[in-house]
Amino acid sequence: MATVATGTHGTRLDVDALRADFPALHQEVHGKPLVYLDNAATTQKPRAVIDAVNAFYESDCANVHRGVHALSQRATVAYERARTAIKAHLGAHDSREIVLTRGTTEAINLVAHSFVRPRLRAGDEVLITGMEHHSNIVPWQLLCEETGATLRVVPIDDRGVLDLDAMGRLLTDRTRILGVVHVSNALGTVNPVADIVRLAHDAGVPVLLDGAQAVPHMAVDVQALDVDFYAFSGHKCYGPTGIGALYGKRAHLLEMPPYQGGGDMILSVTFEKTTFADPPHRFEAGTPNIEGTIGLASALAYLEDVGLEAIAAHEARLVEEASRAVAEVPGVRLIGTAPERAGSVSFVMDGIHPHDIGTILDAEGIAVRAGHHCAQPVMQRYGVSATVRASFGLYNTDEEIEALARGLHTVREVFA
Amino acid sequence: MSDLKDLYQEVILDHNRRPRNCYAMDCPDRTADGHNPLCGDTVRVYLRIEDGLIKEISFSGHGCAICTASSSLMTEAVKGKPVAEVEELFEGFHQMLTGVAEEQGVELGKLRVFEGVREYPVRVKCATLAWHTLHAAMEGEDESVTTE
Repeated sequence: MATVATGTHGTRLDVDALRADFPALHQEVHGKPLVYLDNAATTQKPRAVIDAVNAFYESDCANVHRGVHALSQRATVAYERARTAIKAHLGAHDSREIVLTRGTTEAINLVAHSFVRPRLRAGDEVLITGMEHHSNIVPWQLLCEETGATLRVVPIDDRGVLDLDAMGRLLTDRTRILGVVHVSNALGTVNPVADIVRLAHDAGVPVLLDGAQAVPHMAVDVQALDVDFYAFSGHKCYGPTGIGALYGKRAHLLEMPPYQGGGDMILSVTFEKTTFADPPHRFEAGTPNIEGTIGLASALAYLEDVGLEAIAAHEARLVEEASRAVAEVPGVRLIGTAPERAGSVSFVMDGIHPHDIGTILDAEGIAVRAGHHCAQPVMQRYGVSATVRASFGLYNTDEEIEALARGLHTVREVFA
Repeated sequence: MSDLKDLYQEVILDHNRRPRNCYAMDCPDRTADGHNPLCGDTVRVYLRIEDGLIKEISFSGHGCAICTASSSLMTEAVKGKPVAEVEELFEGFHQMLTGVAEEQGVELGKLRVFEGVREYPVRVKCATLAWHTLHAAMEGEDESVTTE
């Protein structure tokens, strides 16, 4: 698609051409051109995704896995093809290893409920890290409360880098699962997940990776990582909301009991006994999010067409440029300065609350996130109640980073 | 910028920079905690009530400029007032911010500087957090209040 070769710089994105694919980008907000820098919350959708969802409703709308009629067969084929596309995108071996969920949160809850809960006893431990999103904290807390197990946390340093030595010490024969975010939504840190998986497996501990902020920004290969579970959300990688997926190793999924009961997850039901379907359908009770799944596959195809390497390179430059431009504004302190970062830049300003910064930037047409980013323990670690987060997508430009920096100067003027 | 000046009026910026009655009271009769989970703002209100009058009031916590200035101006507005009048003031203040009903002739005085918040619906909670917390303290509610 819209990539051009520039010789000395390698393949670079033709961002102007890509922006034309995203209808929502071309609008004014408060009389100013929209500068959308809240991609870690959700991304805008390309025309291809919108069209794929519309096409389902306009021609193939039927329920899946149950009709002999043509529309139902078309819907089923499209739905299962989408699963195969997700499998291929994640580098999984078998599409039966892809469970469709509402998103990352539901995927993590599924693992907590069906994989970890049956093997968790009082005195056992669940290990997570100090930079997790609430979605990779709260399900484990609920589980620990219920079973008498203990939640342990791997600390992070001032830059926002995981302490792998501490992780090594915290991985014990009592640890039943290690849950780690691939890319931090609050700090931008890219964790060395291949090393982490190896470390955990050496200790005999299975690993769940939260890939919500990784899949939009980089190629992920679950087989190369040898990870046990990998969760991500569609809407953060240019797909629809309400759809996501869990990759789980086939051997794990086969031994896991159902998550929710209902239709579409059974082989046979009598009032005496129900026989459950094999994975992945065992974990997909009820009519699924068919259009979302189709839209997600379309979004992943879009990412592949543009080129994941070119996207990663473009966004790495944006993160570097934004870090520099933002840090140049007097009174700004970056939160999260890990050497390996992707997708976002978080910061605070002396004496000015992030919420006020967010409102003033909004008046300039600039959309950022101001708040705790569903990562309150990270905020506590840095002694702040909230940060401003500018997060990037493949369609963001250098001019937009300049607009952000200008906006921050306006913030200072208002509060002068 | 001109719209922003309606929101961030000089009085608000001043009370944000130098909040009045911003301290942890030594022996309060009552306290309550307020929390806005949306942005992480927290406010604690301390009260000493004598003969049905707000004898002393202070607050602590951290929040945005609107939240901090509103807390500060609230303490000034209610100090020395009868408890019943404070509830009336809160109601009038809330109505000014949400515009749900015609104001009922409540004399808001300096609190009128928050009128501009009405144009920023997501910020209304920032302006009312301290008031909800004060209400909880006066009611003697044990649990902390949230804006959600």
